[in-house]
Amino acid sequence: MATAAFPKKPPAALNAKPVDYAARNAEVRSYLPEIFRGVGVSMRHFFENTREMVRGKRPDPVLDRYDDGITTISYPEQKRPYPERFRGVHRLTTREDASMRCVACLCCSTACPAQCIFIQAGEYPEGDKRRGYERYPVKFVIDELRCIFCGYCVEACPCDAIRMDTGMHAAPYDSRDQFIYDRDLLLSFGGRDGSHHTQNPRHEKGEPSYPGVTREHGEH
Amino acid sequence: MTAMQIVWAFLKILLMVMFVLNLAAMLTWADRRQSSMIQDRIGPNRAVIKIFGKEIRVAGLLHTAADGLKFFTKEDFTPPKADKLLFMLAPIMALGMVFTLVATIPFGDTICPKAFHLFPDFWNQHKNSAGDYVDWVPRYGTCSADVKTGSYPIDLVIAPLGVGILFVFAMSGQGIIGAAIAGWSSDNKFSLMGGLRAASQMVSYEVTLGMSLIGAMMVYGTVRLDDMVRWQENHAWGIFVQPLAFFLFFTAAVAENKRIPFDLPEAESELVSGYFTEYAGMKFGMFYFAEYAEVVTGSMLLVTIFLGGWALPFFHRDGLTVAIGSSTLLSVPIGHVWMTLIDVVAFFGKVLVVCWVQVVVRWSLPRFRYDQLMKLGWKVLLPASLANILVTGVVWLALDKAQPVAGEALKVAADLTQALVAVVATYIVVRGAIGFFATIKHRRDLVGSSAGFSTRSGGTKTSPMQA
Repeated sequence: MATAAFPKKPPAALNAKPVDYAARNAEVRSYLPEIFRGVGVSMRHFFENTREMVRGKRPDPVLDRYDDGITTISYPEQKRPYPERFRGVHRLTTREDASMRCVACLCCSTACPAQCIFIQAGEYPEGDKRRGYERYPVKFVIDELRCIFCGYCVEACPCDAIRMDTGMHAAPYDSRDQFIYDRDLLLSFGGRDGSHHTQNPRHEKGEPSYPGVTREHGEH
Repeated sequence: MTAMQIVWAFLKILLMVMFVLNLAAMLTWADRRQSSMIQDRIGPNRAVIKIFGKEIRVAGLLHTAADGLKFFTKEDFTPPKADKLLFMLAPIMALGMVFTLVATIPFGDTICPKAFHLFPDFWNQHKNSAGDYVDWVPRYGTCSADVKTGSYPIDLVIAPLGVGILFVFAMSGQGIIGAAIAGWSSDNKFSLMGGLRAASQMVSYEVTLGMSLIGAMMVYGTVRLDDMVRWQENHAWGIFVQPLAFFLFFTAAVAENKRIPFDLPEAESELVSGYFTEYAGMKFGMFYFAEYAEVVTGSMLLVTIFLGGWALPFFHRDGLTVAIGSSTLLSVPIGHVWMTLIDVVAFFGKVLVVCWVQVVVRWSLPRFRYDQLMKLGWKVLLPASLANILVTGVVWLALDKAQPVAGEALKVAADLTQALVAVVATYIVVRGAIGFFATIKHRRDLVGSSAGFSTRSGGTKTSPMQA
């Protein structure tokens, strides 16, 4: 007799483990031992947490995270520190003379995948030494609701004029027009340390921090 | 009735009612805050009063005051087709019965005005120049009324009723009516269901409540609550004499209060909130308050009947006497005023502890199913309480026959239970104090990236915490 093309497999052993149900003995059915155990657990938590609360030694929510105990962070009085490279609300940086670093080149608004940046470029007035040399944004508007916080604008900026290092997240407002941040508001934000300057200072020739290469004559 | 008695009556009512009212209000706070401690949370702490620019939070106690204000400012809503009279009457009955019950609970031993001097004479060993005690009373015997000077003995109970505990049963039975007619008059099916459940549950557990105490009444030989306490003061606490009855009574009392694990009448997940679904504003507040007041009165009854009432171990009417059997180890006479003060403080302290235990139980146990509730009530607790009566009767009869032989041994055993209470209480206090001041160690984790960052930036807590 020819063997079948697809012989029937013997039924596999049941892929399951028998479960030990709680024994229905007198100890279990009388409830009382388990009730006392449960109340004991409650009391232990109560006493330990009350002690830590009264003495003001609650476990740190991050550092002591493996401990039992109250690890609540009372937002907004307390905040979990954000990582150093956290991308928060944008800011516009300034130069040493407090003028805007932005030259309205539209790189950021071009790079923005969410198209949340609007820039209207303008010339400096007659007589300004920067007239004809660079422009400045008459309007610089970011819609923080539309922003996806990808950070492309920061990477695209040739002047280090836009940054996302404020460490803030957009505050919850009650209407949408409040999320539209204009130029002056963005300029008013500082970095994590509160400074408005760019963190990359120029290293001129003669300064001790001068790296010895220039962009024009560098040997990379 | 002399003027003195009227003044004392007012004082007693003031003390008792203020205690129940304030403790009930504190219990709403304790319920929230204690649950948060049990569940590793901070709990409500946002209610703030600003005084001179300083924020005062008092560990969340102000939420209770905020609740009260909220109840008063809410709309007093009555459903259009509700029975107006019954709808209004129900919360009054629920709350009123609780406060009637308080009147019969003794919170201290009888005061003898003759020996009750506010400033006792410590320096002369409480004796006057003739060598008689002036601010001290003997352990046994009551002080006689002196009609001429108008000094009558003053019971530290608002209404010293001869029927005592029977009145308590009658009044706590009335509590059912409040819940039942609240459910009936609301014109709401959830409410009706809750009212039905409340009525059936409370009637079922009322039986156990009464039956479990019959054994205690047999042992104490009285139904007067103050005489029950006196028996426990001179012998052993009820929890040692009637241990099974203690648990039965505790269970039945929690069921009577309609609290978790017996909160089926107001089961939020099933019946919205049961019989007070339709109530708003202060009417709801009265139900809410009645629940907590019931916890307090239940604790008071438990303390009075099973935990020695105002009596502390080895403290008697005449002072501290540590004696095991007939051998006295220590005897310190204490003046009448101070002994009364110790009694009253002891009673209220015990009530606080029992309330605390009730809250712990409430936050530990899951709710019963309805059939389990009925099964527990009728098939477990009621037979157990009946058996308790039988066993108590047999043992009591046997001990009564053996009194001449075993009398001294019983006395020693009773005194040993008092010693046990004293030792355990001392141990708990000492152990608690040691545990409280022990150093607190946490397992630091500095390996994870967030932990490392958190450490570098000065910890997770950037501003001080406030309870």
